[in-house]
Amino acid sequence: MPIDAAHAKQGKAARAIALRAGLKCLKLIQQTLMNDSKKRLIKGNEAIAVAAIDAGCRYFFSYPITPQSDIPEYLSRHLPEVGGTFLQAESEIAAINMVLGASAAGARAMTSSSGPGISLKQEGISYMASDELPALIVNISRTGPGLGGIAASQGDYFQATKGGGHGDYRTIVLAPYSVQEMYDLTIKGFDLADKYRMPVMILADSVLGQMKEPVAMVGKKKSTAIKKDWALTGCEGRRPHVIKSLYLDGDKSIEHNWKLFKKYQKIQKNEVMCEIKDCIDADIILIAFGSAARIAKTSIEMAQEKGIKVGMLRPITLFPFPNQQIEDLSKDIKKILVVEQNTGQMVEDVLISVSKNAKVTFYGKPTGNALEAEEILGQIEKLKNKKGFNR
Amino acid sequence: MGKIRIDIERCKGCGLCVIACQKKLIKIGDNMNSLGYHTAQINDEKKCIGCANCAEMCPDIAIEVWK
Amino acid sequence: MKQVFERPESLKEVSFHFCPGCHHGIIHRIVAEVIDKLEVRTRTIGVSSVGCSVFLYDYFNIDVCEAPHGRAPAVATGVKRVYKDRIVFTFQGDGDLAAIGTSEIIHTANRGENITVIFVNNTVFGMTGGQMAPTTMLGQETTTTPLGRSFIGDGYPIKMSEMLATLEGCSFVARVAVNTPANVRKARKAILKAFEMQVNNMGFSFVEVLSACPTNWKMSPQDALKRIKDELIPYFPLKIFKEKTIPDTL
Repeated sequence: MPIDAAHAKQGKAARAIALRAGLKCLKLIQQTLMNDSKKRLIKGNEAIAVAAIDAGCRYFFSYPITPQSDIPEYLSRHLPEVGGTFLQAESEIAAINMVLGASAAGARAMTSSSGPGISLKQEGISYMASDELPALIVNISRTGPGLGGIAASQGDYFQATKGGGHGDYRTIVLAPYSVQEMYDLTIKGFDLADKYRMPVMILADSVLGQMKEPVAMVGKKKSTAIKKDWALTGCEGRRPHVIKSLYLDGDKSIEHNWKLFKKYQKIQKNEVMCEIKDCIDADIILIAFGSAARIAKTSIEMAQEKGIKVGMLRPITLFPFPNQQIEDLSKDIKKILVVEQNTGQMVEDVLISVSKNAKVTFYGKPTGNALEAEEILGQIEKLKNKKGFNR
Repeated sequence: MGKIRIDIERCKGCGLCVIACQKKLIKIGDNMNSLGYHTAQINDEKKCIGCANCAEMCPDIAIEVWK
Repeated sequence: MKQVFERPESLKEVSFHFCPGCHHGIIHRIVAEVIDKLEVRTRTIGVSSVGCSVFLYDYFNIDVCEAPHGRAPAVATGVKRVYKDRIVFTFQGDGDLAAIGTSEIIHTANRGENITVIFVNNTVFGMTGGQMAPTTMLGQETTTTPLGRSFIGDGYPIKMSEMLATLEGCSFVARVAVNTPANVRKARKAILKAFEMQVNNMGFSFVEVLSACPTNWKMSPQDALKRIKDELIPYFPLKIFKEKTIPDTL
């Protein structure tokens, strides 16, 4: 179950919490939702589209690309029903800049795409990061580099988490691993975008986008009005507002970049989300996100049936990354297995997070074919049998 | 009968007003503003007809016109 | 005597950064005068582009959003879709609109977005130091066509107004110049018409303004006026290419 590790404060107590987190779920994202709403069986991509409307998003601009086209298709039908605007743009670049304009006007706006399209959108995302404009950008990623293929991949991790476009900036990156989380994190994404005035990215993949699961929903927000006193509305009764990212004055540029940096620090402090499962007595921690985590969970269950003590840490926010939680866990559990559907990207963040003596093993599979539970199980067993396993 | 006022601090001495003036009353003088531009000046003010051609052509909105 | 010419209210009391004799200032002023005349300043949102016109927000006393290079029509689309009752315009140069932004301008026009585009064509990339633009004239020397633009390899100067006028979605297209007082007055009339089209929900309006860049043309402001008359206008004729009188409806 997902745990909002933002509640895990730093220090000794926090380490205890991080280690024993499996005992007490601090805060479920969807806890309140699960209780009293009916579930609907829908696709991951549709869950995102439904959630966008429920979150009060009324402006969606995008360009077709597989495997995310269910999102624009759903919204083209259902946004107009709630008075919203769906616009199929002439390009990914135009789409993100329409989002920029709608966001500048104070609206909740969104675009969705897949890897190659997200690369094109990076121009606009960089501008929006500097403009401090909120928006939700969905990446139902596919394989790369280049045109790649349409199978699930986690090869866009670096692009998503390290900025992606030009300049010194970050976007918040949310990584769902179920259709329920596709829904929940979309709503959460809009809230975070408005809270911090910045683009937020959902990083999922074609497996998550195409699979169907029952989802509990909150329903449409009653009020979609969010006070944005910086927005461009026409300057009736006030001084003109300007939204820009050009800072030719050196001092102002430095000041602006530090301002953005401080915001990212605050996010790192307050918004980390990860799931920590079965780590209390674990000898091995498996770290994975998104669909890889989904598959790895099965492997963990298989390993546990064989008596291997393996727990899991699943980052839900990829930026901010759960560095502290990983450091805390790695103080006691020295064997860490990172599993990704790529040749090794998140593992770099794990390596800079772990405590000194922890040993990090990576297992990756550049995409084409999905990871299989058995092959991950094989890696867990290999790690178990490595010398010095017993502490 | 007209009148113009040239804000010499806005003037960059481009001379577009000189060409625009039907009565050829404006020239770029020897005086220099704080930006270092030789600025436009009007001679024979009384001959100004207030046509505003100079102001229409001024890229720096340095000229006001009365008629 | 009555004051017959003064600074428009829609401009701040700030001096332009433009080079001496640059026509950007004249075009800024005309747009501001039109906004004043229509009394829409407090419900107008401008979208600036990249190039010499980027500083729109320093001069116009209105809300302004800066757009990435060439993307102003897409940004304006986003703004206008949120606020259908606001007046939204872009202000773009030829390096912006006619090069990197060709996709955005064509499709925004084709969708018939109810916005106004002011296109400043001075046949050169101004702010980056005078490189060739798609509008650069054949034979024109620029920092990247040191021997003059040749149609072999560089292609021909692109005629945006003529091209956009062929699009069904486009409602008003005009090309004007500001090289003489009479032309300035005609330009004002065209820009007024373009904004009026938007106020009346008539759809996409576009005004191309031939403009001088004495610095990058390496000539005096006076010679630049002459160049517009003798070289530019014969190739880029001044006219209203398209004017819808009734809006497209279902």
